[in-house]
Amino acid sequence: MLLNVEQISKSYGVRKAVDGVSFKVQRGQTVGLIGPNGAGKSTTVAMLCGLLRADAGRITLDGEAVGQGASAAKQKIGFVPQDLALYDDLSALENLRLFGGLYGLKGQPLKERCAYALALVNLADRATELPSSFSGGMKRRLNIAAALLHDPQLLILDEPTVGVDPQSRNAIFDTLEALQAQGRSLIYTSHYMEEVERLADHIVIIDHGKVLADETPSALYQRLPAQAALHVELAGEPSAALLSGLQALDGVTGIQRNGAALDIALQAVPHAAPVLAWLSGQGNTLLHFSTARTSLENIFLNLTGRSLRD
Amino acid sequence: MTALIALIRKDLVRYLRDKRALMLHLLMPVVLAAFFGSLFGGNPDAGASKIDIGLVLQDQSPVGQKIAAGLKAEATLRVTELRADEAQAQVRAGKLPVAVVIPDGFGQTAADALFSGRNKPQLPVYYDPSQATVLAMVKGLLTQHVMQVTTASVMGAQGTQTTERYLADLPAIDKRNAGQAQLGEFLDGLKKFQSQRAAAATAAPASALTSASASAAAAPADAAQGGMSVPFSTSDQALSSGPKYNGYAHSFAGMGVQFILFMGIDMGIGILLARQLGIWNRLLAAPVSLPTILLARAISGAIIATGLMCAMFACAMLIFKVQIASAAGFIGLVVCFGLMTAAFGLFIAAFGKTPEAARGIAVFATLILVMLGGAWVPSFIFPEWMQKLTLVVPTRWAIDGLDAVTWRGLGLDGALLPMAVQLGFALVFGAVAVWKFLKDQQR
Repeated sequence: MLLNVEQISKSYGVRKAVDGVSFKVQRGQTVGLIGPNGAGKSTTVAMLCGLLRADAGRITLDGEAVGQGASAAKQKIGFVPQDLALYDDLSALENLRLFGGLYGLKGQPLKERCAYALALVNLADRATELPSSFSGGMKRRLNIAAALLHDPQLLILDEPTVGVDPQSRNAIFDTLEALQAQGRSLIYTSHYMEEVERLADHIVIIDHGKVLADETPSALYQRLPAQAALHVELAGEPSAALLSGLQALDGVTGIQRNGAALDIALQAVPHAAPVLAWLSGQGNTLLHFSTARTSLENIFLNLTGRSLRD
Repeated sequence: MTALIALIRKDLVRYLRDKRALMLHLLMPVVLAAFFGSLFGGNPDAGASKIDIGLVLQDQSPVGQKIAAGLKAEATLRVTELRADEAQAQVRAGKLPVAVVIPDGFGQTAADALFSGRNKPQLPVYYDPSQATVLAMVKGLLTQHVMQVTTASVMGAQGTQTTERYLADLPAIDKRNAGQAQLGEFLDGLKKFQSQRAAAATAAPASALTSASASAAAAPADAAQGGMSVPFSTSDQALSSGPKYNGYAHSFAGMGVQFILFMGIDMGIGILLARQLGIWNRLLAAPVSLPTILLARAISGAIIATGLMCAMFACAMLIFKVQIASAAGFIGLVVCFGLMTAAFGLFIAAFGKTPEAARGIAVFATLILVMLGGAWVPSFIFPEWMQKLTLVVPTRWAIDGLDAVTWRGLGLDGALLPMAVQLGFALVFGAVAVWKFLKDQQR
C-alpha cells in the first residue's frame, strides 16, 4: 500500500468539511475521487498534499506521515492543482527549473528531468516560450510536467482538464495513461465521469464530507438496480394502461415520463429488445429509441440523491 | 538551500523582466528627484537661477539711471527694459512675474520727499498674481536700490541744491519751532558736509556708481557717494561635515524611499495574487516550509530594494554630482532599508484580504509614511510637535540617514542609529507577518 488515509476530519468553524474520510491507494493504482462542489473533495486533497492540517486522523505515504511544511513525505507526491500554478512571465523551462528546485533538484539532474518532463507532455519544442503564449491545453500539460520533475510515487491531479478542448484533453489523457503504464499511482478528481471511468480502477465517492462508496467501478455498477437505460419517443402521449403494462414487464425497474417520451430503467441491456417488441404492439407508433449503459453519473445520483454538478 | 535559492532567483528574474515595475520603481523616482532637487536648490555649483523682471525706465535723470543700473547689476535678477504697454502685456500673459516702472521725474520727487514725507512719488509695479513671493523679493531689492541712490543724491556732494531747497522751505530762524530748529541745524550741517565732499570731488573725481548691489563689496562705494547703505553685510558659510550641500541628495533620498516602498507594496500584492491564483498553494505543496518561502521573498525583496537605491544614487552621482561621504554607511543603510521594505511587503500580504483592497490601503499608508518622513518636503519645515511625532516613522530615519551619509557627510557612525531603526522595524513587521501567515496556515 502506498497511501493510507485514516479517519481524517477537518472543520471550518462549526461546519465539518471532511468527516472521518478513509481510503487507501495501492502502488500502481489510479483512484478516482469524485464528489460535487462542497462535498469535501478539495479539502481532502489539500490535506493529502500537506496544505491543510487535519483536525483528526492520519495520512501516511509509504509509511511516512504527510504534514505541513518541509515534510519528507511531500517529496514523494506530485501535485497538479486545479488552478494553473505557473508564472506567466517565466518560460516553460524556467517554471520547471523553479519547481524542480523546490524539490531539491539542481545541476545536471534538474536539466535532465526538465527535458524528460517537457518531452512527456509534448512541449519540448516550446521550452523557451512563455506560458502566456500557450493554449489552455498546453498550459495544463505544463502544469502536469511541473509535478513530475522529482519523479513522485504518487501524482495527485485536481480537476486537471478544466477548461480545455477535447483534443487537449486527449493529449492529457495520453500523458496520464503513459504514467499509469510506468506503474505510477494516481489520485484523480474530476467532475467528468467519463474521465474517471476511463482512468480509475478504484473510485471513492465523497459527499457532505463523508465517503459514500469506495469500490472498483464494476462493484459500483452492481449496486444499481438498473444497469441500462432505454429512451423511447412515441407518436402520442402514453396511456395509463400502457405505462402500467410497461412497468409490469420483466427487467423494467423504473419509468420516467416526459410528454410522449419515456426513460425506462432496465436491469440489463438485453431486456431492451422484448420491451421494444411489446411497445410496438400497443398501437402508439414508436418513432425513435436509444439504449445506454448506466453511467457513474447515475450511480452518483443513486447514492447522493443529487447530480454531480449541483 | 536549493529551494531557497530557486525561489529567490525566480523573484529576481520576474522582477527584472517586468518593464513596468522597472519604469515605476527606477525611472520615475529619478525623474521626480531631479525635479524636486532643482526646486530645493539643486547643485549650488551649477549657479542659481535668475528672476526675470521687466523695467520701464521713464525717468532718464541720473537718479533713474542709477536705480536701473543697480537693478541690472543684481545677481539674482535678469532685467529687460520695456515700454509700459509691453511690460503690462508680458506680465498679463505670464511671461514676466514682475515689471517695475520708474516714472518720469521720480528721482527728483523722491529726493524732495525724503525728509518732508510729503508728495511721495508712486512707483508702479505690475505683477503676476500667481508670483506673489517673487513680488516681495523684487520689492525688497527695489527699496534697497531706491534708498541708496536717493539718499546718495540728497546727502552726497551733488545734493546741495536739494538741501538748499529744504532750507528755503523752512521758516526764518527766529520763527521756527523746536522740530524745525533741529531740522534746520541738521540741514546746515549737511550743507557743510556736502561742500567738503564737493571740494574733495574736485580734487579726485568720484567714480561713477556702477553697482548698487547689496553686496559687501558695493557698500563702501555707496558710502563714498554719501548715500545710505545697508548697515551690514553677511558672511555666508554652508556648514556640513562632508561634501557641499546638494539639493538633489535629499530629493533622491526622499523619492528613493517612496518608490522603493511602492516596490514593497507590489511585492506584498504579488503574494496576495499568488494566493488568489493558487500558485502559493503549489509552492506550499512542495517539501518547503512556509517560513522558507517567506524568507526567500524577503531576501529577494531586499536585494531588489538595495539594487534600486544603488541604481538611483548612481544616477544622482553621475548626473547631479551628488557625493556619498560614507560608502559603508550608505550600503549599510540601504540594505537595512531594503530589509524593512521587504518586511513591510510581507506585512501587507499577511493582513491584506484581497489584492485590490490591500493595494488601496497600502498606497495610502505609504504616502503618509513618506510625507511624514520628509520625502516631499524636508522634515525641519514641519511644526515642532510633528517633528517629534515623526521620529516613530521609519521613513524619517531612512531619509535622515541617507542625508547623513551624503551631503551631511557624517560617516558610518551617523548611519548606525538609522540602520538600527530600520532593522528594528524590519524585525517587527517580519515577525508579525510570519506569525499571521503561520496562524492562517493552522486553520
